Amino acid sequence: MCLAIPGKVVEIKGNVGIVDFGGIRREVRLDLLSDVKVGDYVIVHTGFAIEKLDERRAREILEAWEEVFSVIGGE
Amino acid sequence: MLEKFGDKAVAQKILEKIKEEAKGIEELRFMHVCGTHEDTVTRSGIRSLLPENVKIMSGPGCPVCITPVEDIVKMMEIMKVAREEREEIILTTFGDMYRIPTPIGSFADLKSQGYDVRIVYSIYDSYKIAKENPDKLVVHFSPGFETTAAPTAGMLESIVEEGLENFKIYSVHRLTPPAVEALLNAGTVFHGLIDPGHVSTIIGVKGWAYLTEKFGIPQVVAGFEPVDVLLGILILIRLVKRGEAKIINEYNRVVKWEGNVKAQELIWKYFEVKDAKWRALGVIPRSGLELKKEWKELEIRTYYNPEVPKLPDLEKGCLCGAVLRGLALPTQCQHFGKTCTPRHPVGPCMVSYEGTCHIFYKYGALM
Ligand code: SF4
Ligand code: SF4
Repeated sequence: MCLAIPGKVVEIKGNVGIVDFGGIRREVRLDLLSDVKVGDYVIVHTGFAIEKLDERRAREILEAWEEVFSVIGGE
Repeated sequence: MLEKFGDKAVAQKILEKIKEEAKGIEELRFMHVCGTHEDTVTRSGIRSLLPENVKIMSGPGCPVCITPVEDIVKMMEIMKVAREEREEIILTTFGDMYRIPTPIGSFADLKSQGYDVRIVYSIYDSYKIAKENPDKLVVHFSPGFETTAAPTAGMLESIVEEGLENFKIYSVHRLTPPAVEALLNAGTVFHGLIDPGHVSTIIGVKGWAYLTEKFGIPQVVAGFEPVDVLLGILILIRLVKRGEAKIINEYNRVVKWEGNVKAQELIWKYFEVKDAKWRALGVIPRSGLELKKEWKELEIRTYYNPEVPKLPDLEKGCLCGAVLRGLALPTQCQHFGKTCTPRHPVGPCMVSYEGTCHIFYKYGALM
């Protein structure tokens, strides 16, 4: 029941958006977020977008753990 | 950028670091409280890859497993009483909830007796069913932690705005931090906590911080890729070694310190906190969400509230209670894989996709 997965918002009509999950499109409720735009990536749980995915902030954690992640840079 | 979290070479590198850091230290036990984390841990064989002195325990991470027998039975009784009063109810709930066994059967059994029980993926589907069937009463049996309580509250907001009268819920929502606190108070020993990423999305890092203040326990909010979980474990090992009681947010690409404030506002608009029973764990103070008095008209128990008999939580020999407390692994149960399988579950932990026994069974070959 409670897997939450990321997808890309491709359309918005009021409280309902169409979200693309790697090719599969589904209706998703947007009631829990106030500033969703087409093109945003959102985490969807039981049909509701619960948060936006922020790549910039992902970079912060990768930078903080540079020593561990450096394996990629070294290739 | 995000590919790194799915990268095997990175996972390998973190594992090496973990081994390095864990050398020569006494046994460390880390607990997670999330079915999805258990899935990551088991699917990628993390338990067997970790050094022997680093143990991962699985806590009460499945909201469906801990839904009390009494509530499932009461919901079934409501269907029967309503029919006697010539009111047809359409019951909706999630697929795993549908199959949870009780001493008098499951919702699936109720359906085979001719009642209208439907599996939904979202409470939004239940709402649509209510709109399509204005002459029937639709009741959504609503389990789940904060991650699911937020969508429920979001849907209720629309239902109230639209004045949709044939839609009710049966709330068995539960809160996660009070359960962890109860385990700590009951003396379950662990050295660090891996916080569930998606519960944290709603309540924020701040929703967990008090546990570190009160119990001095280090925590990490972690995502669901193997790299996320491994990095979480590495962070916890370092915190423990340095004696730092801190909470670190590894899943910061999604989780904020303050959480999803809009979701919180909706939850607290409709619900209030009550002491609540958890199947196989007993009553946990301030761990349940009940609709507030002013929203009583949205709760089915306001209209039908039949008495139900006292029933045992678990079949004889089922270790779900200990499994949920992180005190036993499913393989220690005499029923596991023999009398108890996902097809014929004896206990709740074998039913839900997030149940520890189910996950162990599914990935049995990896153990
Ligand atoms: S509700 Fe979220 S945190 Fe809880 S078990 Fe499901 S995925 Fe994990
Ligand atoms: S294997 Fe079955 S009987 Fe044993 S603890 Fe798990 S659910 Fe209960």
